[in-house]
Amino acid sequence: MTALPSAGPSDRLTPVRDRAARPPALELRNVVKEYPGNPPVRALDDVSLVVEHGEMLAVVGPSGSGKSTMLHMMGTLDRPTSGSVLIEGTDTSELGDKRVAALRGRKIGFVFQRFFLLAGTTALENVANGLLYSGTPPVQRRRAAEEALHRVGLGHRMHHSPSELSGGESQRVAVARALIHQPTFLLADEPTGNLDSKSSEGIMDLLLGLHDDGTTIAVITHDHDTANSLPRRVSLLDGRIHAEAIDPE
Amino acid sequence: MNDGNQIESSKLRFGDVFRVGASGLKSRTLRAVLSALGVAIGIASLVGVLGLSESSKSDLLDQLSALGTNLLTIQAGTGFGAGDASLPEPAVSMVGRVGTVDTVSATSQVDASVYRNDFIPSGQTGGITVLATDENLLDTLNGSVAAGTFLSEPTIQYPAVVLGSVAAQRLGITDLDHPVMVWLGERWVEVIGILDPFVLAADLDRAAIIGDQAAVDYFDGDDIASTIYVRVDSDWVVQTRDLLPATVDPENPEEVEVSRPSDVLEAEAAAESAFNTLFLGLGAVALLVGGIGIANVMVIGVIERRGEIGLRRAIGATKAHIRWQFLAESLFLSAIGGVAGIVIGSGVTAAYAALQGWRIIIPSLAVTGGFAAALAIGAVAGLYPAMRAARMSPTEALRSE
Repeated sequence: MTALPSAGPSDRLTPVRDRAARPPALELRNVVKEYPGNPPVRALDDVSLVVEHGEMLAVVGPSGSGKSTMLHMMGTLDRPTSGSVLIEGTDTSELGDKRVAALRGRKIGFVFQRFFLLAGTTALENVANGLLYSGTPPVQRRRAAEEALHRVGLGHRMHHSPSELSGGESQRVAVARALIHQPTFLLADEPTGNLDSKSSEGIMDLLLGLHDDGTTIAVITHDHDTANSLPRRVSLLDGRIHAEAIDPE
Repeated sequence: MNDGNQIESSKLRFGDVFRVGASGLKSRTLRAVLSALGVAIGIASLVGVLGLSESSKSDLLDQLSALGTNLLTIQAGTGFGAGDASLPEPAVSMVGRVGTVDTVSATSQVDASVYRNDFIPSGQTGGITVLATDENLLDTLNGSVAAGTFLSEPTIQYPAVVLGSVAAQRLGITDLDHPVMVWLGERWVEVIGILDPFVLAADLDRAAIIGDQAAVDYFDGDDIASTIYVRVDSDWVVQTRDLLPATVDPENPEEVEVSRPSDVLEAEAAAESAFNTLFLGLGAVALLVGGIGIANVMVIGVIERRGEIGLRRAIGATKAHIRWQFLAESLFLSAIGGVAGIVIGSGVTAAYAALQGWRIIIPSLAVTGGFAAALAIGAVAGLYPAMRAARMSPTEALRSE
């Protein structure tokens, strides 16, 4: 299967709750990203993608295929050279730094390969930080963090510092942090890249479980085994969507 | 839902700015302490220098205010054609008639020496001069007696002597519990009083003082004033000072020397503060170096914490939030240094002042100024690192390497 136009394929996807009223969780429209150079490097070349609410997909490709750039575009961490990125129907190219930051903070949950837990603070505080920039009072942040940690199965490790947690546990804390503000979708960048196979399995099971509960998740990975365990796979090669596969429901 | 304006901006609560700023220090305690130390040393030296100089000055100024700055002394000058350097005879009564003069008193030289007894060779005078004066001298100079009494109406006419503190010591007279006689001008004279030291007229400490009437009657004195002490209205000190030479000697006012003894003490206090300027300068340099230390640590921190910055941007922090975080951290560092510096500086001041027996004065200006200076240094030191952190793009900050 080759690159698909943005509107067409969504008809074929699994039906999603009140889809008619609700714009897709994430939509890339003809996104091009070039990095300056001589000649300029075109990392993404006219990529269009629609992620509906409740979907779980893998963006898979070898290194240099544009995966990282794809993550930056999907996470609004960087702006496309041309084309547009829509989060729940909001075109981010029209927004300034403050609003894009707010949009990221409220609608997207990030899980990174390197966890990015703050040293010297407990798991609970790390998770509570997920709500730091939403203006939520500290007491409510803590309560939500406790809930999120229970949800990822770390209720018993709340007051441990990152140095006392295993890799798998650290990544669970990161997942809890990404979930605490109930984002529109979760963006996981090589979530198992720093983990042994057993922990990796645990994290993938956690993500699949969250998907079963209705969370929209995009996993960016170079690992085909990981990708193949997910219901939808988008393959990138040389900055283009090279193939796409979807498992029947 | 399609309108971007419906998205609320990211918010970082005011209290969270401090929490976030402090969290960066908590995980790097040693580094924070070391970089705050520079500012602490700078502030401590500023507070210490100002505190010590105020405390030491207070001692001097306390004395001054007790003695008053309104005392003037008049002496015959040594100018051109000054002759035998004596003041004209009616000088004392002329000065007494000046409206702004409160009290006036004069001393005149008596050509005599004083000895413990009549066996002592005449050459061994012990450097003690014999002066004749009136009963106002003690009041005019704000002096006091250590033992006995000063000259008064009856004793001023008879052979009786009051010893200055140094003179008494040199004659070996420490108390007047029993009647004490000294050999003065070929006659036994009773010592009726011993004086406390004069701060504003130290030459009187080395004098044996007799009544002016007795000097004329018994010791061949001429009763021509050599020094006139004048206590004037505090509001008119300068004007009176200008007026006095012509009053004392209308013919040759330039030969009259009027001085203000308190000026010498004030000059002494001022001389110390000139020395302090040097230390203040050193303190300022230490503060500057401390500020550079903080800036250095902050720049390193920004580079090391790229991942944290990237994560914060990912969870909704705006550039401004990042900027405030690092600025708050730098301000925290300098505030900690400032408070530590104030505590150290005050402690050193208090300890040293207590050791010297001074009044402990820690100027509030040094404390508030020191803290303000620390914060200013922190703000300046943190500005560049904070801007650099804020400018960093989230993608650059999140890059793996």
